[in-house]
Amino acid sequence: MGLKSKDLLGIQSLDEGELRVILDTAANFGTVAARPVKKVPALRGKTVANLFYEPSTRTRISFELAAKRLSADFINITAATSSAATGETLTDTAKTVEAMQVDFLVVRHSMAGAAHQLARQVQCSVINAGDGPHEHPTQTLVDLYTIWEHRKRFEGLKIAILGDHPRSPVTISSIYGLKKMGAEVTLVGPSTLIPPGIDQLGVRVATRLEDGIAGADVILLSRVEITDANRLQIPSLREYARFYCLTPRKLELAAEDALVLHSGSMNRGVEISPEVADYAFPLMVQQVTNGIAVRMAVLYLLAGEHE
Amino acid sequence: MDYDECYRSSAGIGAGALDDELKTEFVVGGEAGSRVGLEMARAERDVSEVLSAADTAHAVTRIASEIIEMNGGGAELAVVGIHTGGVPLAERIVAALGRLGETPAATGTVDITLYRDDLSQIGPAPVVRSTDVAFDVAGMTVVLVDDVVFTGRTVRAAIDNLMDLGRPKRIELAALIDRGGRELPIQPDFTGKRVSVEPDRIIEVVFGDDGDRVITYRNPAGRR
Repeated sequence: MGLKSKDLLGIQSLDEGELRVILDTAANFGTVAARPVKKVPALRGKTVANLFYEPSTRTRISFELAAKRLSADFINITAATSSAATGETLTDTAKTVEAMQVDFLVVRHSMAGAAHQLARQVQCSVINAGDGPHEHPTQTLVDLYTIWEHRKRFEGLKIAILGDHPRSPVTISSIYGLKKMGAEVTLVGPSTLIPPGIDQLGVRVATRLEDGIAGADVILLSRVEITDANRLQIPSLREYARFYCLTPRKLELAAEDALVLHSGSMNRGVEISPEVADYAFPLMVQQVTNGIAVRMAVLYLLAGEHE
Repeated sequence: MDYDECYRSSAGIGAGALDDELKTEFVVGGEAGSRVGLEMARAERDVSEVLSAADTAHAVTRIASEIIEMNGGGAELAVVGIHTGGVPLAERIVAALGRLGETPAATGTVDITLYRDDLSQIGPAPVVRSTDVAFDVAGMTVVLVDDVVFTGRTVRAAIDNLMDLGRPKRIELAALIDRGGRELPIQPDFTGKRVSVEPDRIIEVVFGDDGDRVITYRNPAGRR
């Protein structure tokens, strides 16, 4: 039982058994938040450091509360207010923090592979809290947890993923996680937003929303906005919304009672219509609650010894 | 149950699993499934009975009547089993209380994993089970139930867990077997049987549909 590695860098390196251990453990941590004393002493004496090079509210707070509910000590380091702003390298900053006897480094960085590089250089556990467009394992674990909570199975579930895939922090992790659990995954979006070669991961690609969500049991959405990085691939938000906005009429094509999971900060009227947003909002809030339990499970399991 | 045994349970070698374990060992020997082989393996482990099914049932009934004697009725009484072995035993005690006409007001289970004092020393993180205490413990007399009380560390952890759920009026401890060897100042209020065995032996309560019994066997060296 437990996890094989000291680090959680991505879903790619986990097997199905490890994913199930994390989900089972998270289920039992969910009850801690409902108690008068929302704390257990499991990680007393351990220290968790958030090392965030990109702005993030939900993930940062979620890790902070998860650590505190396990009785760990917690420090927050953001790039803007740290020596990183002076140009110190990621590795130097991480090693400096590690020298203060930190047991976990939770890293968010815009460059793919940042957490992997750190994991090779420090002794403490490294948790990837998003390395650009590459992996964001804990967010995917939360999605898996919520899907499991509602459907009690993954086998044969049809899942559609929508978003700005080349820049989405969750597309790759979600594909790995859902495929490992036995679901059928379809990536939906205009061909400019479909990463070349993505079908090698065993996913179906649909460039029409109607094709992509037909019969889907779960629809995973993430925020779509125009940035410097994608303005050549999305002509305008209005055009994107015209073809890919999840409206009540489009949602009717999906399976009855389909789960609509949005990873947060909805752009109402772009990737999700206001009506569907209202329908999906309670589930999104539930995801935030589940996120703490899942991150507690990850911290707890990584704290044990590994093979 | 002591920590080591608790850990064994979490690794799938818990109550009732001895025969399976022996079979597995025997498969390694080459003659899977043979009855003679199983008997040989049992002899190797020096398995003996501590309480027969009849004795166990009697002990449970006696614990139940002592609980009523001490607390007078089930109105403010809660019975809470400690995972893993304490949970089925708590069910037996609740049933016995019911037969005596004093069904407790509430029941529950606690998992002590997150309250262990040795989490950083025991290898891979042990399995977390659910703590299911769906009633308000404030003002209640809570009887904690464990199958075997040994070092007392499990009970300490269970008490801490309960305290985080509220302020019970009183916490009492019931154990089917007290095997001595305490490392903390904790004593059961209700005991089925006191036994003294060598430290390297396991005491296991085997819960079964056709009655429960208690056995003891040698813990093979190097195995946890």
